[in-house]
Amino acid sequence: MPPIRTRLLITLTGFGLVLAATILTGPLIGSTHISLSRVFDRTLAFADNADAQIFFIARLPRVLAGALVGASLAAAGVVFQALLRNPLATPDTLGVSSGAALGAMLAITLHINVTAFGVSSVPVASFAGSIGALGIVYALASARRRGLSTIVLLLGGVTMTAFFQALILFTQYLADFADTFRTVRWLMGTLDVGSYGPILAALPIVLVAFALLSTLPRSLDLISLGADAAAARGVDVVAAERFALASASLATGAAVSLAGPVGFIGLVVPHLVRLIVGSDHRLVLPASALFGASFLIVCDAVARTVWPSGELPVGIITALIGGPFFLWLLVRK
Amino acid sequence: MTVAHRAIAAKRRAAALIASTVAVAVLLAAIVSASARTTVIGQQPSRPERIVSLIPAVTEMIYAMGDGARVAAVSNYDHFPADVARLPRVGGLLDPSVERILAIKPDLVIVYATQKELIERQDRARIPYFSYQHKALPDIMTTIRAIGARIGSSAQAESVASAMQRSLGEIRAKAAGLPRPATLLVFERDPSSLRNVFASGGYGFLHDMLEIAGGRNVFADVKKQAVQASTEMLIASKPDVIIELLYGDSLKNADIAKELRAWDALASVPAVRTHRILALTGDEFVVPGPRVVDATRKLARAIHPDAFQ
Repeated sequence: MPPIRTRLLITLTGFGLVLAATILTGPLIGSTHISLSRVFDRTLAFADNADAQIFFIARLPRVLAGALVGASLAAAGVVFQALLRNPLATPDTLGVSSGAALGAMLAITLHINVTAFGVSSVPVASFAGSIGALGIVYALASARRRGLSTIVLLLGGVTMTAFFQALILFTQYLADFADTFRTVRWLMGTLDVGSYGPILAALPIVLVAFALLSTLPRSLDLISLGADAAAARGVDVVAAERFALASASLATGAAVSLAGPVGFIGLVVPHLVRLIVGSDHRLVLPASALFGASFLIVCDAVARTVWPSGELPVGIITALIGGPFFLWLLVRK
Repeated sequence: MTVAHRAIAAKRRAAALIASTVAVAVLLAAIVSASARTTVIGQQPSRPERIVSLIPAVTEMIYAMGDGARVAAVSNYDHFPADVARLPRVGGLLDPSVERILAIKPDLVIVYATQKELIERQDRARIPYFSYQHKALPDIMTTIRAIGARIGSSAQAESVASAMQRSLGEIRAKAAGLPRPATLLVFERDPSSLRNVFASGGYGFLHDMLEIAGGRNVFADVKKQAVQASTEMLIASKPDVIIELLYGDSLKNADIAKELRAWDALASVPAVRTHRILALTGDEFVVPGPRVVDATRKLARAIHPDAFQ
């Protein structure tokens, strides 16, 4: 087998090219026909150029949001699966997504209406919700003994998810009719973020998360074999687990606050990537981020064009493609 | 088997026969008496005096007929006319409270046809009900006449419905000669952004009102009541006029001028460039009752400010 550097180079080039191709073709696809030469026609004022507006205001932000959200959720999926030593773990498993959803529900139904840096209160509240959920789960898991107990983390996360779901239902029950409708729509997820503001707001958080993640792959390889085995090989398990939990949760919180909960990316993409590159996290983690980005951009292109009268929520497409595919993976093994 | 045994067995058979005959007779009598009772109770009073209205539009219809005094309870969402504030509330379209409805002792409950569970439970409780369903604007007048007939106010209902038809006809006639600008009618979106924009599709009473008011609905081809319009669809539909409806809580908390500036992001849209973006406020736009005439007139004034003063 070639050395890891060569394999990493091949993997990054391959998945990088796929992502570049989807980012370049993504904005060309849509329900309206636009002419590329008109889009880049400098003689027309931007305000007069509907084609350019569709390209730069309607489509490009979606593609970029798709890349950011897809990369974050897929990478978070890899980390949670390794950290919890459970192939079924997803970014939703530890309650971070539900916490984000509860934050958004509260911002919608309580009409908290503050805009800061081009970001409305709903994404801010949902990010705060995800951090709150992370804090609770983290405190639970580290309460009993030194380090994070995987089983407490898992059970605590599942319980938190159920608890947050109940609070979400309660919020919806109390809400005004139109607000209930908005909360339901939010829960379906959408990449139609409307401008670059929300993307720019989420970007620093995602970058911090990825910077933390980039220190993890070696430790994750060993942790996924077992905490004791990792410790025996000189990994500071407690520190690595804390880093992993915090960075994956940050990425998840940023993604969910930007696009709402988009399912299946965090579950399917890591498994698919492992089929291609093997189980070394030095390869799986970057490849999953790149492929998650491409996968979500493609799903959104399908969501934007497949339905004749409007658009489908992208979460429906990721589930329709991801669900059967994952079942096939299960049976195949 | 001895003779004595046979006699006992015969007696037992006879007893069993008599018992089962009696049982069947009792059962039949019970069924007959039950069905008789059903018909007796099923005879509804021709002029109900304790009406429960579960839909704001129905409440407005009954008040418009001059029969507001006969309304005994309304839904949680009723605000108009102001007189309804004195009435008890018995839930809404999705969560009617059967217990509260029963406690009112109504002699007529007016429900929406989709409230299937409520209808079944009222059948069991033998409460007379009237059910209806709206699809388009003309259905409002049909429903007014039908409710009028059901509550014994046919004449008043007829005068309300025909006055509405006359007014709508006048608005339509006045707008008919004017240019028909492409109009985007938005009834829902996220505050301060163009996310989750919902607009009227080419079906339903909002669409009908818009057409009567002299606007050409940009989503007329989408045969749905609500269209979720992505940013791309908003730009591609090129509306000359954008009308936003604000009502309920979304109105209470909105800084309208600031809200409308969200559209500035789409500079290529004709309505944005010519500053023809308007907010219309009030729940008459979302309550398909007698006030749709006022709502249609407001729409016409927004689309053709010179012709409709």
